[in-house]
Amino acid sequence: MYQYDNYDQAMIDQRVAQYRDQTHRFLAGEMTEEQFRPLRLMNGLYVQLHAPMLRVAIPYGLMSSRQVRKIADISRRYDKGYVHFTTRQNFQLNWPALETVPDILAELASVQLHAIQSSGNCIRNTTSDQLAGVCAGEVEDPRPWCEIIRQWSTFHPEFAYLPRKFKIAVIGNTEDRAATKVHDIGLHLVKNHEGEVGFEVLVGGGLGRTPILGQQIRPFLEKKDLLSYLEAILRVYNRLGRRDNKFKARIKITVREHGINHIRELVEAEWVQIRDQLVLENKEIERVKQYFTEPNYEDDAAEDKSFAQMQVEDADFARWVKQNVVDHKITGYKITYISLKSPQSPPGDVTAEQLDVIAELADEFSLGEVRSTHNQNLLFTDVKQEELYALWLRLQAEGLATPNINTLTDIICCPGLDFCGLANATSIPLAKEINERFDDLDYLYDLGDIKIKMSGCMNGCAHQSVGHIGILGVDKKGEEWYQFTLGGSSEADASLGERLGRAIPKEDVVDTVAVLLDTYLELRLEDEPFLATVRRVGVDPFKERVYADN
Amino acid sequence: MQIIKDREIVEDNWLHLDDDTELHAGNITVSLSRWQSEHDRLSHREGGLGIRLSGDDPLEEIVPDLSYFSLIVLVFPVFTDGRCYSFARLLRDRYGYEGEIRAQGDILRDQLFYMSQCGINSFEMANLNHITNALAAFDDFSESYQATALKPEPLYRRR
Repeated sequence: MYQYDNYDQAMIDQRVAQYRDQTHRFLAGEMTEEQFRPLRLMNGLYVQLHAPMLRVAIPYGLMSSRQVRKIADISRRYDKGYVHFTTRQNFQLNWPALETVPDILAELASVQLHAIQSSGNCIRNTTSDQLAGVCAGEVEDPRPWCEIIRQWSTFHPEFAYLPRKFKIAVIGNTEDRAATKVHDIGLHLVKNHEGEVGFEVLVGGGLGRTPILGQQIRPFLEKKDLLSYLEAILRVYNRLGRRDNKFKARIKITVREHGINHIRELVEAEWVQIRDQLVLENKEIERVKQYFTEPNYEDDAAEDKSFAQMQVEDADFARWVKQNVVDHKITGYKITYISLKSPQSPPGDVTAEQLDVIAELADEFSLGEVRSTHNQNLLFTDVKQEELYALWLRLQAEGLATPNINTLTDIICCPGLDFCGLANATSIPLAKEINERFDDLDYLYDLGDIKIKMSGCMNGCAHQSVGHIGILGVDKKGEEWYQFTLGGSSEADASLGERLGRAIPKEDVVDTVAVLLDTYLELRLEDEPFLATVRRVGVDPFKERVYADN
Repeated sequence: MQIIKDREIVEDNWLHLDDDTELHAGNITVSLSRWQSEHDRLSHREGGLGIRLSGDDPLEEIVPDLSYFSLIVLVFPVFTDGRCYSFARLLRDRYGYEGEIRAQGDILRDQLFYMSQCGINSFEMANLNHITNALAAFDDFSESYQATALKPEPLYRRR
């Protein structure tokens, strides 16, 4: 993974000093809350319902074991001993004291981590496919490109006060595991007719209260032009994006109001002016790429027979392998998900003790690296298959081997009313109820791939609009109600869910999920997945069943 | 009043005229609409001429006139309005403007670094107390990844 040089390190150290001074001036009364707000946000600090919340960037989801240990250490010393992973591969501390945040940032900087631009109306952390570099069939590894974008976007002086937040995701594979179509800019590494690799560029995707899928602005962009093209899009948006209404300020609305063709004309006209100045030379591309070269995989890893044998001998192991382990591009190696969706803890949460073990296991089994995923789980990318059984035993002992990846209980969930100042309704307790109600693994496996996404308000942090089953908490005269949508997806076949009908009271939410599942099991054709059934029959049959009693 | 110019505190010698005030001798700034309606009078008087622009104004329309102005004032109605950061970069990088570019309005000390990187070289800040302390903000960072008005090559060409 990328390693800071003196330039990178000096900049984040100076950022810590700058923020320490800003915090000091705020606490001394030299700055109003309104003036301090964007400064703390651009350092990841929100003020939430009960306490501040600090969001730390995990650039494109990559962590070293040393960084994981530091995260555990920080959560113990400055918080309540756990952290929460988000859909954008970052993590959050829910209870830091505002006064100690500069110290936390200094601790993070000591292991090349930061909270820069993890909030605020600026370019946020760039995200990617969690299987980047290790899955088969990739056009090219997106990670070096993410790092190049990270550096270009960090402290970009022109784009620190945009109309609204701005998110970029990059993938190198046709399967979209990074939800690129719901990002402000989605970049797909693609090959053109001549066999050259470049980027397909999408713009104007986003969720929140007006979910919109991104549209193609350029079918093919040469690598050397990546930064100039991004700069052209950002400059057009910075000048044109609406600043009169924060709900209409995202680039998705700019694109919708002006039309993709007009936006394309503006961007291309801007780009022509700057493309020769901001050429990304091969020297720099190669400099960054050298940090992401393939490790020395062992040639004899494929000769192992024990992996198959242990699956025969231990049904629990076999079940975990089937659900949580996926193929690596190198035979003999496996990619292993660590589920953070156990019924015992809120989705995406992990304790300091678990993090310490994860760091230890990463060193022992997976080349010292851990990744975070868009689905709020963690991942070991390079495990030799002969060592999977030993790894599984250790994960199990820590409650980290829940075999539910991509099942109904692998729920994406926001913090909701329990933590968030914006929420209208709770989400974590409902996720727990769903997890407890549907705890029969055979039933879960029979249901197959179903993505529930549940947000406690229309800001939609859990991306409910693109959930196979989307659940959105709304406030009705002080009571918590929930609006269901069906048939959404954030993957390559992205679509927005369709509303099921009127909102449902909190006490009926889990029963409603049960009715939806029963309906699906009755309607599905052979092995048809949930999403395919919904797309085939539409929402009406589900609607009839759910609202039949009233 | 005192302003920051080229990282020093200096007395301001400009007068910002509103559209109804009679023209003065000396250094004055006018709005875009006044410049457009009184182009001839303004371009034939003694003294320095400056123009005030906000993010709403069509920057490109005044580009042919840039040689008339020794000062361009970029007005920030609220500190969260970032449009004039792009204006400053365009004026310097694309249109080759070499005169003074000044930030006026709701400006925070913590914005001076980015503003100066975009090519703004003078600052009218409301609170005098803040001015002296604010000078340190120009040194918040010793490097930046991007090409800026101060360092015309991005870091990746220099590292």
